[in-house]
Amino acid sequence: MKQFQYVRPATQQGVLDVINKPGTKIIAGGTNLVDLMKRGVTAPDKLVDINQLPLKTIAATKTGLHIGALALNSVVSENAVVADKHPLLAMALKAGASPQLRNMATVGGNMMQRTRCGYFYDVTMPCNKRAPGTGCGAIEGINRMHAIFGASPQCIAVHPSDMCVALAALDATVIVAGKKGERRLPFTEFHRLPGDHPELDNHLAKDELITGVEIPDNNFAKNSYYLKIRDRQSYAFALVSVAAALDIENGTIKDARLAMGGVAHKPWRLFDAEKSLIGKKATEENFEHAAQLAMRGAKGYGNNSFKLKLAPATIAEALKHAAGLV
Amino acid sequence: MKKAIDSIMPSSSAGMSRIDGRLKVTGAAKYSAEYTPAGLTYGVLVGSTITKGSITSIDTKAAGQAPGVLAVITHLNAPKVPGDQPEGGKPVPPKGAFKVFYDDKIYYNGQPIALVIADTFERALFGASLVKAQYHTDKHITNLPDNRSNGFPPRGEGTYKRGTEDAWKAAPFKVEQEYIVPTVTHNPMELHAIIANWDADNKLSVWDKTQGVKGTQEDLAHLFKLPVENVQVHSQFVGGAFGSALRTWPHEVAAIIGAKVVKKPVKLVLSRADMFTSVGYRPFTWQKIAIGATADGKLTGITHEAAGQTSSYENFTEGPTGVSQNLYACPNVNTKYHLVALDIATPTWMRGPGEATGSFALESALDELSYSLKLDPVELRLRNYAEKDPESGKPFSSKFLNEAYQLGADHIGWSERKQEPASVKKDGWLVGYGMAGGMFGAYRSGATIRAKMNTDGSLLLQSAVSDIGPGTGTAMVLIASEQMGIPAEKIRFEMGDSSLPNAPTQGGSATTASVGSAVYQACADLKEKFQKLIGNGGTDKPDYAKVLKEHNLPSLEVVTETGGGNGMEKYAMNSWSVHFVKVLVNPATGVVKIDKVACVADSGHIISPKTARSQVVGGAIGGIGMALMEESIIDHRYGRYINNNFADYHVPVNADIPQIDALFVNKPDPIINPMGAKGMAEIALIGMAAAVANAVYNASGKRVRDLPITPDKVMA
Repeated sequence: MKQFQYVRPATQQGVLDVINKPGTKIIAGGTNLVDLMKRGVTAPDKLVDINQLPLKTIAATKTGLHIGALALNSVVSENAVVADKHPLLAMALKAGASPQLRNMATVGGNMMQRTRCGYFYDVTMPCNKRAPGTGCGAIEGINRMHAIFGASPQCIAVHPSDMCVALAALDATVIVAGKKGERRLPFTEFHRLPGDHPELDNHLAKDELITGVEIPDNNFAKNSYYLKIRDRQSYAFALVSVAAALDIENGTIKDARLAMGGVAHKPWRLFDAEKSLIGKKATEENFEHAAQLAMRGAKGYGNNSFKLKLAPATIAEALKHAAGLV
Repeated sequence: MKKAIDSIMPSSSAGMSRIDGRLKVTGAAKYSAEYTPAGLTYGVLVGSTITKGSITSIDTKAAGQAPGVLAVITHLNAPKVPGDQPEGGKPVPPKGAFKVFYDDKIYYNGQPIALVIADTFERALFGASLVKAQYHTDKHITNLPDNRSNGFPPRGEGTYKRGTEDAWKAAPFKVEQEYIVPTVTHNPMELHAIIANWDADNKLSVWDKTQGVKGTQEDLAHLFKLPVENVQVHSQFVGGAFGSALRTWPHEVAAIIGAKVVKKPVKLVLSRADMFTSVGYRPFTWQKIAIGATADGKLTGITHEAAGQTSSYENFTEGPTGVSQNLYACPNVNTKYHLVALDIATPTWMRGPGEATGSFALESALDELSYSLKLDPVELRLRNYAEKDPESGKPFSSKFLNEAYQLGADHIGWSERKQEPASVKKDGWLVGYGMAGGMFGAYRSGATIRAKMNTDGSLLLQSAVSDIGPGTGTAMVLIASEQMGIPAEKIRFEMGDSSLPNAPTQGGSATTASVGSAVYQACADLKEKFQKLIGNGGTDKPDYAKVLKEHNLPSLEVVTETGGGNGMEKYAMNSWSVHFVKVLVNPATGVVKIDKVACVADSGHIISPKTARSQVVGGAIGGIGMALMEESIIDHRYGRYINNNFADYHVPVNADIPQIDALFVNKPDPIINPMGAKGMAEIALIGMAAAVANAVYNASGKRVRDLPITPDKVMA
């Protein structure tokens, strides 16, 4: 590991003043960044610790729930309001990592975590995300964990988060502070697809800081489910995960939210599948139809082609769980 | 039935707790990397980034000038290892153990090409990142299936035939299938670590992770041409090994070379990534099994072929086909075993070496046969029960496998199993049962024990033996406690140091039989010495302290050496196991959940019920890992492991493991040793992978023949 400077500005403004410098990285929980530094994937000159900033609060607003960027994953997952109003988020958080990691990891840090692609982590391998222009090791390599949606010839990595899948499904808003003030953007537009710039994971500018997320009030609490399919029962990244939220009245679906993890460079919202469910009965048949719609445009790369079958199966299962059919 | 089982099976609370348990859970137990000799320095290895070829240049300047760096050692400047050099003008044989920093040749990706030593670990790590090598690259091969035609028979172990070759072909019922066991890495929790120090020019001390301090002592004495007594090996605690610490590895030699250069103690701890390339693994093995049977389920022929990978510089052999020769009474058996040399590091023995791999194929194939015969898999095994050793015709020293089948079947609720696959569904999950067995030779070798009774009535036992986790010290204390008639709290067992009396390396499930026999005999000798003091009329177990005081003696001591026993001449000696597994399979997603496990060991008399139970549970978990998730994956284009970390290389976590019940037949073997105890470690894992695979088939109708059984393979 390279020697680096470590600073801990007292205020948010102090943080914003220093993060724009080249070679500077923000550290919160450090559960991903420190690994990346140990492996030489990233070698910052300066770490800016933000744990002292007052961004840990979880509080109801007029229109929803605000969660501070520094709220710990474990705290959010155990929060009574979250459990009551947004159980999908609690379920997704608990499906991620291990209790030890959740005790360190923050909401903002979870959003900022890098892909777990093995080629990204091994500095001797080609990887356009780590070293633009070196190629993608995964496209013709070991790509069992990789994307089936929205990939590019440059990169087929996936975003590893569970939390983000739930937040994307719940139409959360990301609140970002910059030198020019606050900016709000839809959660689904925070992360980006790899395109020709896989080195960029999201649309956060270099001089910006995530301060929190906001989840609008909804009627999904009763019929939500997060289903994560993985190679072991805990502490493994998703092969495929599905966040499903339904608003059901008298057996008819009034509204639906669906997002998938483990399939794309960002949490993958299933807008067409959602639309297909509205006004329909909550039946296995309708769920399977929605799952098929969700798979439009999916592409396998060899090792990961099983996801073309696993993904719709998981969508249908998650919907059945959400609707209480299982 | 429950009551009958309880009378045989020690519950988790029965028996004495591990004598060093408190030390281990409180952190007081000191492992090899935790010693801090004065002037300690830190070494970090640099690994090659190509798979085959040679180093054309290596730039160590920046590393050498980095802060705190004391030395950068490469093949260009490393002091020669005397044992690696040609002797008497004879050239060094082209094959043999890998010689670290010997020359510019690269044999595998990740091969150590430099050692950076610094005053702190972090500075050594940074220094290591600055070493840059240039290579001449040759074409490599790391893929066994594509190169199986290059296989060759290992010397003396290639083929076996009994009766008619390929007799299975003529049978009315037959199965012929191929099976894959991928590369599996031992990955004990404790990373391999050594602290090496030259106490004088010709005196070496190491704190080292090893399964045998005496073996390591001999290896190092040979390599550095030192008198054996000038090498001290300390390894008091070992945090798991499963075979990875059975031999001396390049990183150990590198640390010792480093200590010679910097003239200070050097600590070298492998990284988790290094663990995949530096300390062996269970070799990727392709197998083909064909079995023939009569309509009433009598086996008429087994043909078993295996091809296992080895390195280009060394032949590693194990016995994957042995289980087909010995497990069942079958008149016609022929087997063939080949090695395929690849550009990878040498594999090594891993828990249940050979048999764990072979039993996956044999016991899966037997299960497949049971379905074509429409015969219960347990019944099929009973119809081919070997009453004597099928290979040699010798009687078994003891075998109660039939009782083990019964115990396990009763415990798992085997009668609930439906012969028709995919026919039971509960709460949306398919339910299935599977079983498979295993065997492993019951070995015993020589060992020496020093036993010393003190005037306070305490007994000190000393042996160089290691304890990699099974609870060796605990079992030895229990043997001595019973023999001497004194409480266990009065007995101390000192181990894991080369200065102590001779003991075999801990491997092959032979420690209790070997060292335990020496403890047993040492106690007998010590009691006899007391008898001589007391004279006629004394009791067998006198008040030792009182006797010593009466005779004005500070202590009484014996050093007892026992041999390997001679039972092998007349008897075939084995431990047996059978595993019963109930699984749930999700029909939509292919997820497999282990619901219930019952493992039965026929391993003679159980000396330490509590640690024996732990050992069986641990073996079962290792077997579940092998069955469902463990696989070290190489990207063959680069020859590099792609999942060499604990996020991507999956071992079971608590959520994967249900209650595992360990059951013991617990009948002493009258031949192998005076305690009647046979080995347990290997059989606890052998057969488990097939039991899971068989249960998955029964639940889902999906037969997975290439491990691990991940959701994609089950749903496909």
